[in-house]
Amino acid sequence: MGLMITELGHFALILAFMIAIVQAVIPLIGAQKRWPGWMAVAEPAAQAQFLFTAFSFGALMWAFITSDFSLKLVTLNSHSAKPMLYKISGTWGNHEGSMLLWVLIVSLFGALASVFGGGLPPTLKARVLAVQAAIGVAFFAFILFTSNPFLRLTVPPFDGQDLNPLLQDPGLAFHPPFLYLGYVGLSMAFSFAVAALIEGRIDAAWGRWVRPWTLAAWIFLTIGIALGSWWAYYELGWGGFWFWDPVENASFMPWLLAAALLHSAIVVEKREALKSWTILLAILAFGFSLVGTFIVRSGIITSVHAFANDPERGVFILFILAFFTGGALTLFAARAQAMEAKGIFGVVSRESALVANNILLAVSCFVVFFGTVWPIVAEMVFDRKLSVGPPFFNSAFTPFMVVLGLLLPIGAMLPWKRGRIGRTAWQLRYVFLLAVSLGVLAWSMQTGRSALGPVGLFLGSWVVFGALADLWLRSGKSGRLQRMLRLPRADWGKATAHAGLGITIFAIAGLTAWEQEDIRVARMGEPFQVGAFTLVLKDVSREQGPNYFTTKGRVEVTRNGRPEAVLFPEKRDYPVARMPTTEAAIDYRVTRDLYVVLGDQQADGGWTMRTYIKPFANWIWAGSILMALGGLLSLSDRRFRVAAGARKTPSAGVPAE
Amino acid sequence: MKQIRVLIAALAGLMAVSAFVPSMAVAVEPDEVLEDPALEGRARELSKDLRCLVCRNESIDESNAELARDLRVLLRERLVAGDSDREAMDFIVDRYGEYVLLRPTASGANWLLWAAGPLMLLAALLIAALYVRGRARAPKGAEQGLSAEEQDRLRKILED
Repeated sequence: MGLMITELGHFALILAFMIAIVQAVIPLIGAQKRWPGWMAVAEPAAQAQFLFTAFSFGALMWAFITSDFSLKLVTLNSHSAKPMLYKISGTWGNHEGSMLLWVLIVSLFGALASVFGGGLPPTLKARVLAVQAAIGVAFFAFILFTSNPFLRLTVPPFDGQDLNPLLQDPGLAFHPPFLYLGYVGLSMAFSFAVAALIEGRIDAAWGRWVRPWTLAAWIFLTIGIALGSWWAYYELGWGGFWFWDPVENASFMPWLLAAALLHSAIVVEKREALKSWTILLAILAFGFSLVGTFIVRSGIITSVHAFANDPERGVFILFILAFFTGGALTLFAARAQAMEAKGIFGVVSRESALVANNILLAVSCFVVFFGTVWPIVAEMVFDRKLSVGPPFFNSAFTPFMVVLGLLLPIGAMLPWKRGRIGRTAWQLRYVFLLAVSLGVLAWSMQTGRSALGPVGLFLGSWVVFGALADLWLRSGKSGRLQRMLRLPRADWGKATAHAGLGITIFAIAGLTAWEQEDIRVARMGEPFQVGAFTLVLKDVSREQGPNYFTTKGRVEVTRNGRPEAVLFPEKRDYPVARMPTTEAAIDYRVTRDLYVVLGDQQADGGWTMRTYIKPFANWIWAGSILMALGGLLSLSDRRFRVAAGARKTPSAGVPAE
Repeated sequence: MKQIRVLIAALAGLMAVSAFVPSMAVAVEPDEVLEDPALEGRARELSKDLRCLVCRNESIDESNAELARDLRVLLRERLVAGDSDREAMDFIVDRYGEYVLLRPTASGANWLLWAAGPLMLLAALLIAALYVRGRARAPKGAEQGLSAEEQDRLRKILED
């Protein structure tokens, strides 16, 4: 039975590949020649392609669930004693499976566009689905020719080699699917952009169609990045949440560009301006998703020092990247002239503010990109072996976010077409005063520390209260609350997402500035003081988990003599994967996390212990969730529901067959 | 060596799901910490700018690799011996090369790395200024209403 399903899954994948080829060619010709029958191929093809890919993915998942060790991939990445959740997440916890998930999402978005794209002009729809299928073709070929997940072993072993224990974690189980929904969701904006270029026509309706897809992709990217960073925070053992690693940058760059894109698409939709720039952004945003995939899969950036991933795969992805971005940019160069702007606006206007937003986001993305690839450039061109690490990114990237935060509340309130800076600034006077006083208050409460905390508090509250003031001022004089509730959801979404950004800005600054750390050898039963807390290591015991052994400490925490928390930091050892992990114990509170890590036993019987007080740590992710929520609110706005071609939110589900 | 191999294998696995793991950091050990808190504070700050040479994008402040520990100890020795921050860093760069610096210097071609952001910003501002000026001065007639076909579609949408 299991045998059959695997073979069927493999077969379904090949079928989906064939369908995608047909879908990429026939509707395109049909749209050119205005043959309705040929154009109509796109819809059923998109849906069939998705169903076959979903079946194939389901078959692979089935192999993981039933621990079918005759599959090479399952043997390498799973183990019979692994908890069920991680057997399932193991499906995408490896290169081959994750690529299958990738292509599944490509086809999912294609199928959704075919279902919800009812109001699209037939030629545009045929072209969008054809371009989407072309992306699918490239990745189906990549999987089938370089990374086939359905390869068998001649002699299946009795048990598998287990999944990397660091990945056996609920936060990380769902991190890749969200990230991919985001990365790949941008393919939809790309397909719309290329289709519009072929069509030679972009209008307000195009802006309205492309925005929900971009918004959805951005929401997923936000959640995916937040999950990854949260995971790093609690799992890696010292509470770091962002490392400016090439792999992280790979997901951050598309996020920045998607944020720029969903703002510029508003200008296209409402004012018919910034058209060619928006097209370019749509191409670049997906281009950077591909760059990210290339960076991650090829190992080019780390290969010099640690290991090389399969170079053949890297070359293949480089080819895909060159073909799609190169092709789209060529098309753009040839056609962009045709898209002249219609809307007229003054130098001080919402339009200009959104241009500023786009400049800051795009240039900051460029800075991240430059820093990420600079070590390779320096080595290849200048023969210098150097590193570009977090200190560079912190100094080079942060100023852009500070300026963005400063401009945001004013820009968000400027009227369309023509505004007066003085008038909008005056409306925000109380918000500014409030933000300044909070900053000064923080400054006076801390002694001898850097200005980072107070400045972060000022900037964060300026953005948060600015967003609230926008809602408040929009709702007129009388019956305010009622009117506020009746504002379009897009307005609520905007305010929520902006407030979320403000909260995250404040939290990052606050955590960085006010964190306290204590490193010591703790002796059993001897209390020690960290900040306002008294900690005692009461006991260390050895226990056994489902697929690991653990050394577990019991730490009692009191504050002014009153019990605050009992924490159980662990050190685990996964014998099959032969890897130790540290499980920090964290006492989560609203204004601070208490973060305790158990280290090694010392010769004198004491234990190395690290204790951190991390103020406002949770706010980083609370802010991210608010941003995603704001996106969702905006996505559910009436104008998208009634708008032709974008009636519903694409759902996030990955079919579990 | 074996530890490094395990680490590499783990990272290889992680690359596959596009997550990033700077190993299970335990970093600074209690026996390394200097008596003088001011000196220790300086050491911690400097460690954040120094790369653990056998790790992936980790500073010696975060890494638990042997080599990172050696570097931390070396750095502290220099500081205790009375080196300024600059001298201590120069000493380490002399021995390990500029690869050890996580914050690259602006020397030689590196000025391009540091100037890339500001230059790009200036270029973007210039282009945007020209564009926005063009939009503000465009003749009024350029802003047209909807075409007949669009009017038709709009009516249909609103009827829904």
